[in-house]
Amino acid sequence: MTLSTEYGGHSQPEAGGETSPEKLLTPVLSAFWDQPNSWTLETYRRHEGYEGARKALAMAPDDVIAYVKDAGLRGRGGAGFPTGMKWQFIPQGDGKPHYLVVNADESEPGTCKDIPLLFANPHALIEGIVIACHAIRSEHAFIYLRGETVPVLRRLHEAVREAYAAGYLGKNVMGSGLDLELTVHAGAGAYICGEETALLDSLEGRRGQPRLRPPFPAVAGLYACPTVVNNVESIASVPAIMNRGKEWFRSMGSEKSPGFTLYSLSGHVTNPGQYEAPLGITLRQLLDMSGGIRPGHRLKFWTPGGSSTPMFTDEHLDVPLDYEGVGAAGSMLGTKALQCFDETTCVVRAVTRWTEFYAHESCGKCTPCREGTYWLVQLLRDIEAGKGRMADLDKLNDIADNINGKSFCALGDGAASPIFSSLKYFRAEYEQHVTGKGCPFDPAKSTAWADKHLEVNA
Amino acid sequence: MTATSGNPEVSLGMPQLPAPDYPADVRARLEADAKEVIARYPGSRSALLPLLHLVQSEEGHVTRTGIRFCAELLGLTTAEVTAVSTFYTMYRRKPSGDYQVGVCTNTLCAVMGGDAIFDELKEHLGVGNDETTADGKVTLEHIECNAACDYAPVVMVNWEFFDNQTPESAKQLVDDLRAGRPVAPTRGAPLCTYKDTARILAGFPDRREGAVEATGSAGAASLAGLRLAKGEELPGGTDHVVAPRDGARPTDEAPSGRAPGEAPATHPSSHDAPRDTSASDPHHPAGPAAEEGE
Repeated sequence: MTLSTEYGGHSQPEAGGETSPEKLLTPVLSAFWDQPNSWTLETYRRHEGYEGARKALAMAPDDVIAYVKDAGLRGRGGAGFPTGMKWQFIPQGDGKPHYLVVNADESEPGTCKDIPLLFANPHALIEGIVIACHAIRSEHAFIYLRGETVPVLRRLHEAVREAYAAGYLGKNVMGSGLDLELTVHAGAGAYICGEETALLDSLEGRRGQPRLRPPFPAVAGLYACPTVVNNVESIASVPAIMNRGKEWFRSMGSEKSPGFTLYSLSGHVTNPGQYEAPLGITLRQLLDMSGGIRPGHRLKFWTPGGSSTPMFTDEHLDVPLDYEGVGAAGSMLGTKALQCFDETTCVVRAVTRWTEFYAHESCGKCTPCREGTYWLVQLLRDIEAGKGRMADLDKLNDIADNINGKSFCALGDGAASPIFSSLKYFRAEYEQHVTGKGCPFDPAKSTAWADKHLEVNA
Repeated sequence: MTATSGNPEVSLGMPQLPAPDYPADVRARLEADAKEVIARYPGSRSALLPLLHLVQSEEGHVTRTGIRFCAELLGLTTAEVTAVSTFYTMYRRKPSGDYQVGVCTNTLCAVMGGDAIFDELKEHLGVGNDETTADGKVTLEHIECNAACDYAPVVMVNWEFFDNQTPESAKQLVDDLRAGRPVAPTRGAPLCTYKDTARILAGFPDRREGAVEATGSAGAASLAGLRLAKGEELPGGTDHVVAPRDGARPTDEAPSGRAPGEAPATHPSSHDAPRDTSASDPHHPAGPAAEEGE
C-alpha cells in the first residue's frame, strides 16, 4: 500500500471569512431535529416533507433515475457507488418483482449517523423510499434495521403507520397509481448483515453470510429478483435533491463528490456529535468550529470512516473528506465516522480491540478471514501484554496481507486495514510494547472523566 | 471418541426426543401472532428472524420448544432453525435476567471508559460476562459498537440508550434496576422487560402511552452541528479552538498567556495532567492546537 502525503503538514489556504460554522455547515437532513416532535409526519410536512416525492411521482421512472444520476449522489454507506447508477442496473420489463432494501444495519465501529437520523427524522427515509421504488418500479420495500436500537424501531413503526394512514404508502400512493408496501424488519445482532448480500440472506431468514458475486443483487437479489440495496442516508438524501434540484445539490461539495453529508465526530473531542456539511470539509475545519480536541490534549490518530478505513494521524488534518481526497491520502471515506483519539490512547490496545471485533463478527464462510482474524487476535493480545516478539510485527503484516482481498466480502479487508495502517504510522509503539515487555500507557488517562477535575476550573 | 460413564453431560449418541410443544392456549396465541408476521413477507422464511424474537418474548430465551414452533410454522427442520438462531447474538440460549445491561467495549467506548465501567459492574454485581445476578434481575454483557459513539461511553439496557455513562452512574443504574426503582434512558422509552422488548423486535409496535415520544426529538450530541449552523455556541467551543484566526473570533477571556487548549498552569492537579500539547511540543506542530499555517 502506498500513501500520498501531499496533504500532510500544511494547511490549505481558505478564503477569508468563509470559515464560520454558519457558512461551512449545511444542515439538510438534520435541519429540524431540534423541533418538538421532529419525527412526526406533521413536523416533516411543515418542512416541505413529501414535496420531493410529489415532484418525482409526476416524472417518468427513468427520468427520476437520470435526475439522481445527474445530481451525482453517491452511496453514503461506505463504498460511494453512484446511487442513480445502482438504480439503473435494475432490468426493466423482466416480469419479476423488484425490491428495494434499505440497509439500516448500522454497525461499523465508530459509525453513528443513520441511527440518530432515523430517531429524529424517519420520514426523510420513507419519502426517499417512495421515490426510489417509483424509479426502479418496485412495489415492496424493506428497511433492515439493526435490532439493538429499539428506540429507533419504535419511531420507524410509528412513522410507517403514519405514512400508510396519510396515503404515502399502500395502494395508489399520492394518487400516482404506485402501490407500495413497506416492511420494517429488525435484525438480530450480526455486524456482517451490513454487507449487502449477507443482509439479503438474513432477510430471507438464513444465517447472514455473504454471497459470491456475480450475480449482483441488481440481477438476482432478494428471492433471486432484481434488488437495490441502499444505505439509509443515501435514500434519505434523495427527497431534498428532487425538491430543491440537482443544481442546488451540486452547488455543495466537489465535481466528483457533490452534496451534503453527515459527519460523526466522536472520541477525545470537546464536542462530539453530528455535523452535516458539504463533502470535502476537513477534520481541521470540523475541530476548529466545534472546540477541537479535549482541552490539554492533541490528536494522535483518527479514522475517516469507521474502523475498517485505514487510520490517519495529525498529518492528515487537512485532507478533504470526500471520496477522492481520502482515497488519495491512502484511506477511504467510508461512513464519515471520525473517531478521534488523543495522545493518551495506546494504538496497540485500539487495534487489538478492533481486531477482536472482526474475529467475533467474521461469519466463518471464508477461511482467510475466519482463521486470519483469530490468529491476529492471538498475536495482538500477546504484544499488548508484553509477551510478543519483534518477529510478530512482520507476522501481523503477513497475516493481514493473507486476509486482505482474499475473502468474499469487505469484512476481511476491513480487518486488515487497522493492522496495515497502525504498523505504518506507529510501528515504534508496537516495538515499545515488545522491548518494554508491556503497555506503556495508562488507560485511566484516556477516559471521558480523566480530566474532569480540570474542567471545573477551566 | 470415548466418554466416561460418570459424566452426564456427554451424549452417548441417543438422539434427543422432540421438544415439547407449547400449552394449547399459548400455542394458539403465538400462532395468530406468527401468521400476522409471515403475511408481511413475500417468502415465508423471511419471517424466521421476527419469529425467533417472538418466541423469545414468550420465554425470555430461545428454547427447543420455540425452535420447534418456528420450524413447524415455516416448514423448516429444527436443524435449519437452530442454525439460524445460533448465528445471531441477540438470541439468548439460556434463561437470563429481566434487564440486559450491555456495556459497549468496542474500541472507542472502551478507551473512553467502557472497559472501566464493565470491570466495575462485574465486581459490583459479582457476575461475569453473560451471567445473571442471583435475583434474576440483571444479565451483564459486553456489547459491540451500538452506533452511539458521539455519546461514549454507552450502556444499553434492554436496547435502550444510556449515554455518557461513568462507573458511578452505571452502578447506580444496576442498583436501581435490582431494587425496582424506575430508571430513565437518555434516548428511548421507559424500560420494559426483556420479553416485552423482544415483542417489539418481532414487529409489534410498542402501544404504551408516551413510548414513541419519550426523551424528545434528538439527543444533545446529535444537535451539535445544527446548533453551530444556527450561530449558537457549543460548550467550550470558543476557548479551545483548533486554530484561532486573527480577529475572526475572540479566543476567550483567559487572563494568562496560555495557549488555547492548554491546561491552566495554576491548577493544583495540573502537574499530573497530560501536558504534551502541540503548543508545548514543537515537534508536533500539526496538532490541533497549533497555529494555522505552521
